[in-house]
This record gives sequence, C-alpha cells and structure tokens, in this order.
Amino acid sequence: MSREINERIPVLKLGDILLVTIQVDMHDQLALTLQNELTEKIVETQAHGVVIDISGLEVVDSFIGRMLSNLASMARVLDAETVVCGMQPAVAITLVELGLSLPGIRTALNAEQGIALLQGHPAAPVEARGHAPAAP
Amino acid sequence: MPPLHRETLAIVTEQDVVRTRHRVRQEAVRLGFKLVDQTKLVTAASELARNALVYGGGGTMTLETHADGGRTTLQLTFEDDGPGIADVEAALEDGYTTGAGLGLGLGGSRRLVSEFELVSHPGGGTRVRIARSV
Repeated sequence: MSREINERIPVLKLGDILLVTIQVDMHDQLALTLQNELTEKIVETQAHGVVIDISGLEVVDSFIGRMLSNLASMARVLDAETVVCGMQPAVAITLVELGLSLPGIRTALNAEQGIALLQGHPAAPVEARGHAPAAP
Repeated sequence: MPPLHRETLAIVTEQDVVRTRHRVRQEAVRLGFKLVDQTKLVTAASELARNALVYGGGGTMTLETHADGGRTTLQLTFEDDGPGIADVEAALEDGYTTGAGLGLGLGGSRRLVSEFELVSHPGGGTRVRIARSV
C-alpha cells in the first residue's frame, strides 16, 4: 500500500519536450517534489514543452489539481508550454463537480497528441472521440 | 440499525491521506459503486482527510457500511480535535480558506456525495460525515 514512499517521479527528455508520467497515487510532499524537480529540469534542459501524462491517476483532488495548475504557470514563466494528457473520464467529471476547471492548462487525450500539440502539429482528428464514455 | 461493517483509520501523516483514499476505493469497489461514484467518494474522502490533517492537526476516518431497505450505503466520518471552524457557512462556500488551499475542499466534497453533515465548534474540533448509496 505504501510503495510510493520515497518514490520519485521520472522526468524524461524527448527533444525539447519533457515527459512526466505520473503512475503513483502521490502524497502531497511527492507532488511538491515533482514541482521542484520539473521546474529545475526545464531550466537545465531549456525545454520548451512539458507533457504530463496523468492516465495512471485514479484521483485528482484539489491539491493535485492545484499542483498541476501551478506547474503549468511555473513552466510558462520559464518559457515552456504544458499539456496535461490522459485524464480518465471519471476524474474529469469529479474535478468539474469539485469546482476545479484547471484554468490555464492545455489538455490532450493522450501523450502522443500532447507531444504533437507542443510540436505545433495540430492533433489529428481522434476517431475514438465519439466512443468516449458518457457521463452517468 | 448497527452498521454491517465499521473501522477507524488514523490520519496523522500525508501517507495516511493516501491510505484513506485506497481504503475508500477498495470498499467502494467491493460494494459495487460505479467507477464515477467511486471516484467522487474517494476524492471527497481525500479532501476531508487532508482537512483533518492540515487544519485539524490530525484525526480519524471512520468507515461504515450500512444496509437499509435493500440499499447499501458507504458512510465516512472524519473527526479531528483541531481548532474547529468559526464560520461553518462561510467555510462551505467555494474559495473560502483560512490556509493556503483553494477553498474547494468542503464545498466541493459536499457536491460529490449525497449526504453531508458538518459539525464544528470553535475550539471543539470538527466532524464531517458523508455518505453515498450504491
């Protein structure tokens, strides 16, 4: 249950884009650590884009939501654009009901589209879009 | 009617907040909640557990399962002995916070569940009970 203790979230560099895949249920300190490491890595690598894949997150509460918003703002100040991708439909429904709309964050359905968005290629039409699960 | 199941978890560290999320998810899955409803319950629990930790200086979550008239209800009660909430009405409004948060925790978690009850007195701790039926 507590395998996330002391875990770090890897930040991968792909060209001038940083890719972060969050696959653990983050406790608050881990979220703050990620914020620090990612901003340092943006400066170090002079990245122009950050893709944060949250497809592995089953819950985004107000703390994690705020962390994502803050990350996007910090990255923007450091001249990097952030795209959050892969949000599960149940998480999206819950976030909006909670009252969080993640202002200032660009989103994509998956990491591939997130990267395409940052590379300036408009995402190709998504054939899966019509099959997205409907809200209950 | 006595609950079918009852257990209490301590909320003393950030890891405990993660643990309460996992336990609520596990129980919601076991009771057959739909994925969206599981997610709403777990998210509300996360907000309230963090409140108990950050504002209440730590507390407990009591998880209960009730069966009444063919409906199964998951009830979560968060209790702390912290300073309490001076203005409960204001605390339930979006954007109200006495700390560094967004002020969405209480009002937001109320929107995610079907039953929400908050009892708090200045100096007398805070108790929040939420529930949702399958």
